[in-house]
Amino acid sequence: MSKLISLKIDGQQVEVEEGTTILEAARKINVNIPTLCHHEDLCVAGNCRVCVVEVNGRERLEASCCTPAPEGMEIWTNTAKVRNARSEIVSLLVSEHNTQCTTCYRNTNCELQDLAAEYNVDGNRYLSVLKPGLKVDTSSWSIEKDDSKCIRCQRCVRTCRELQHVNALTAACKGQDMKISTFLDLPFNEVVCTNCGQCVNRCPTGALTERRYFNQVWEAIGDPKKHVVMNTAPSVRVALGEMLGYEIGTRVTGKMVTAMRKMGVDSVLDTDFTADLTIIEEGNELLQRLKKVLVEKDSSVKLPMITSCSPGWVKFIEHMFPNHLGHLSTCKSPQQMFGTLSKTYYAEQKGIDPKDIVSIAIMPCAAKKYEANRPEMSDSGYRDIDAGLTTREFGLMIKQAGLDFKNLPDTEFDSIMGESTGAAVIFGATGGVMEAALRTAYAVVTGRPVPFENLNITAVRGTDGIREASIKVEGCLPEWNFLEGATLNVAVAHGLKNARIIMDEIAAGTSKYHFIEVMACPGGCIGGGGQPIPTNAEIRAKRTQAIYEEDMGKPIRMSHENPEIVKIYEEYLQEPLGHKSHKLLHTHYTPRNRY
Amino acid sequence: MANNKLRKVDIIFTPYSAAPYEILRLTMQKEKNAVIDEIIESGLRGRGGAGFPTGYKWRFMANQPGDEKYVICNADEGEPGTFKDRKLLVEVPRKVISGMAIAAYATNSNKGFIYLRGEYNYLIPALEKELLIFHEYAEKFGLDFQIEIFSGAGAYVCGEETALIESMEGKRGEPRNKPPFPIQEGFMGKPTLVNNVETFASATMICRVGAETYKSYGTDDQHGSKLFSISGDSPKEGVHELELGMKISDFVEEFGDGDTKAVQIGGVAGFCIPRKNFETAIIGEGNTTGGATMIFNSTRSMYNVLHNYLEFFAEESCGQCTPCRIGTQQLLKGIEAVKKGEKPESYLNDLIKLSRTMKITSKCGLGQSVTNSFVSIVENFREEMIY
Amino acid sequence: MQEIEMIIEEKVKHYGRERKALLPILRGIVLHKNYISQNDMVCVARALDISAADVYGTASFFHLLGNKETGKYVIRVCKSITCEMKGKHKVLKALEDELRIQLGETTHDKLFTLEATNCIGLCDEGPAMLINNTPYTRLDPEKVHEIIYEFRNKNKKNHGQQ
Repeated sequence: MSKLISLKIDGQQVEVEEGTTILEAARKINVNIPTLCHHEDLCVAGNCRVCVVEVNGRERLEASCCTPAPEGMEIWTNTAKVRNARSEIVSLLVSEHNTQCTTCYRNTNCELQDLAAEYNVDGNRYLSVLKPGLKVDTSSWSIEKDDSKCIRCQRCVRTCRELQHVNALTAACKGQDMKISTFLDLPFNEVVCTNCGQCVNRCPTGALTERRYFNQVWEAIGDPKKHVVMNTAPSVRVALGEMLGYEIGTRVTGKMVTAMRKMGVDSVLDTDFTADLTIIEEGNELLQRLKKVLVEKDSSVKLPMITSCSPGWVKFIEHMFPNHLGHLSTCKSPQQMFGTLSKTYYAEQKGIDPKDIVSIAIMPCAAKKYEANRPEMSDSGYRDIDAGLTTREFGLMIKQAGLDFKNLPDTEFDSIMGESTGAAVIFGATGGVMEAALRTAYAVVTGRPVPFENLNITAVRGTDGIREASIKVEGCLPEWNFLEGATLNVAVAHGLKNARIIMDEIAAGTSKYHFIEVMACPGGCIGGGGQPIPTNAEIRAKRTQAIYEEDMGKPIRMSHENPEIVKIYEEYLQEPLGHKSHKLLHTHYTPRNRY
Repeated sequence: MANNKLRKVDIIFTPYSAAPYEILRLTMQKEKNAVIDEIIESGLRGRGGAGFPTGYKWRFMANQPGDEKYVICNADEGEPGTFKDRKLLVEVPRKVISGMAIAAYATNSNKGFIYLRGEYNYLIPALEKELLIFHEYAEKFGLDFQIEIFSGAGAYVCGEETALIESMEGKRGEPRNKPPFPIQEGFMGKPTLVNNVETFASATMICRVGAETYKSYGTDDQHGSKLFSISGDSPKEGVHELELGMKISDFVEEFGDGDTKAVQIGGVAGFCIPRKNFETAIIGEGNTTGGATMIFNSTRSMYNVLHNYLEFFAEESCGQCTPCRIGTQQLLKGIEAVKKGEKPESYLNDLIKLSRTMKITSKCGLGQSVTNSFVSIVENFREEMIY
Repeated sequence: MQEIEMIIEEKVKHYGRERKALLPILRGIVLHKNYISQNDMVCVARALDISAADVYGTASFFHLLGNKETGKYVIRVCKSITCEMKGKHKVLKALEDELRIQLGETTHDKLFTLEATNCIGLCDEGPAMLINNTPYTRLDPEKVHEIIYEFRNKNKKNHGQQ
């Protein structure tokens, strides 16, 4: 343990470890210092300067986010000098800002707006230095960039660099021309962007937002000729409440279902259903790959196999490791499986012309929008998913619908494609797909449940960037005898920074794993780029906890036991990895530029 | 120095006819600590503008552990009105290189860079030749110290030592948060000593003439000689070596054109002294100085002067921190608006206040120093700002 | 393209295949062709395995690492205060007239690009300018005329030899 030092903040004594910043020390004793460029997930920048404080004996103010707490010193966070400086700094930012707040997507959820209000800054104090003629980049299916609202805090740049190792964004030029830019200011859809949306989650203003599609959804709902089906991802139900006045980590599944119905959605279904289906297909794909490699010695089949349900991750590997796409599972993501099936299986069962079906996905994700628009995602003969919305857009729609959300009754998803298991629910948290897959694969191979208490495979849970586990396979059913006594090595990675580590090993030929789960976003989908803002480790932990509670509350907790899954194979798909599955549920990938 | 009179001195440029690198050789016969003591004793302060006591910086560096330590000569001379470093590198490169080598010897550093501003690219061939010669002698003396030239690429802020280091690492030249200081974690995370060209040349000459002699020049607070880059309305433009501590009136008498109305001391980041203060202001007291001195006669519009400075700052700010990036633009636009009558005269007071906020909140010296010239020009030449 | 790769490899050899080779590489490219194209940046990114955006972010920070195509000779006229006092405006006007372009433009024959620059450290010899890396000092319109004339002549001769 490092040395403890003591200092005084606003007259209050505080003891902290040496090296602690003034900001952290102040927070420890509940002294609130405003910040803009600071974000707990990111390295310290010290750019915005709104966190300045007075240190006794120093003429200059110190940025508390990047100044180590000085031993024995007195700090003042609320003097006239400090308040005046902060107010001027916020005024400066406002003078550089497009202040059409009323029409901004981030209106009422903007950190600059909050501070401007708190300091009651005069918008006319300074001349406007907002650059004229800035255009919004709407080239991407997922992310919009509006430089007129950028405060150049570089949170997005740090997110893209530190958390995601993508580096699609950079600070460019300098001085009055300094801006946040892609490579040569190229449109977002032309650069190495994975659409993960983590930058959007950390943008303090409306400079980076997801591209919004909710008006199209309202239009479809209002069109009597259209049959609107909506599916919601597992992590939406544990985060949506944050938009609607609930404590972080509250599960609102039942009310959410009712809300959708009240909004006029024709059929309220669950992405969890196709998450279960993904497990069946992916689990079988894994077993088949193992067989081909171990028994048939087929060198064209790649191990480790890596999950493919996170579209930010998929685009990442397409850009960064285009020569290793063979490691990706060919399974479509649950969203896209749902889309295809909604216009084939569902249409058939319900007797609806698929051309009249509008399939909407509510996702914690920005990349899902891009995924829905991939040209190959039309195996149903139509656009499989017509629109992908974020949790945030969905929360907004509920508000627009005028629903008294808190007083809505809880109801159940519709059928078919509304039934799901606990295994599907945990897809929302990092490690969840792995755990779900192991629950099913182990049962398929041995005929017994996984040897973990309550089926909870805790080794793959948690928040470490990369986690690994080994499972010894014993007592196989005859069909799977080749696996008898084998040790299955698996790994879980979340955040693309960690995905890169995993991939570097694979590229170097040193990977010891058979199966890897990768999620693009820190924490997995519960920390997705489409989730309510703000995000940080504590918020992600609470959402994760809610996910596991939802799992424990489910009567069925293994995908292959989902009765609707059993039914779809009996009535429609016939068998995992069968002809129909291949046509509808599997896909291929596209190598892209790394630079 | 008595009477605050102007005195020319001849230390740095004085020819030294002994064998090349003789000063270095002799210095290396002394204890490392003794060399640092000598520099401390001389009272030498950094000659780039910030004025940190050089000897203490060296001692701090010597105390850093590690076998990879860097000495960087900051030749990113970008301050408008400054050109002394160019002259040193052209005329007495060996004194500069010797200073680096002495620093390396005293602080146990093994790798040196001359960070040369991109605009001085034409100096490289001659410097490369000098380095070849130096490396021969270094080997002869048993000094394990290699120097190479690192070429800047056009950014004033890279004169700030952490920005300089960032750019050497291939990044944008944005100043870092301090601590850690470069001495602790500099280039590639290793201890790094950054000194100005003139500082190294001065260190060499201190080792030559001794701290005692060196210290006898200058004031109690500012010892030794200082190079002044003199430009503007002066019949004697060029680099002049003077003792610190002279009255501006003496300076103006020597270097002005007889009609001097203001003197800018310390480049655009320094102060503008109006005629009425010539008798009282002393160069070297509270206003030092990288030595850039620009002289303006009565035909010059101080509005134009300030406007030119502010355009410079608004372009050369690295742009990362709010007060500097936006503040420089506001000051520039603000004086334009007052001049055009779009803002009342009283807006100048708001701008002065803003510049003072920039001083206490900006991340690095660039944003912190804008207020110097801004306030001194606006307060002393207020009518020129308005009419 | 090949030349660019040679420059990159030469610098990589000296500085290592690391980000710290970036500025020397970019400087090398500019010394070779005066500017850094989109393709060049991608080449550099690939060689150092950093993102193209990072290459652009660094390059765009520096005045001397432009990404717009320039003429064979880039003229940079100092616009700092002392050069301005000594007659920068006349010099600039003379250049614009002589080259028949405005500040920021390139001549039709792709021979000259005219730019303004911040202080180039020649304040005692102003007005001053750089043509590529060579300084020209104590300028006046007549001198400008001569300098441009010489450059044009030199270029003609070179072409004649080829």
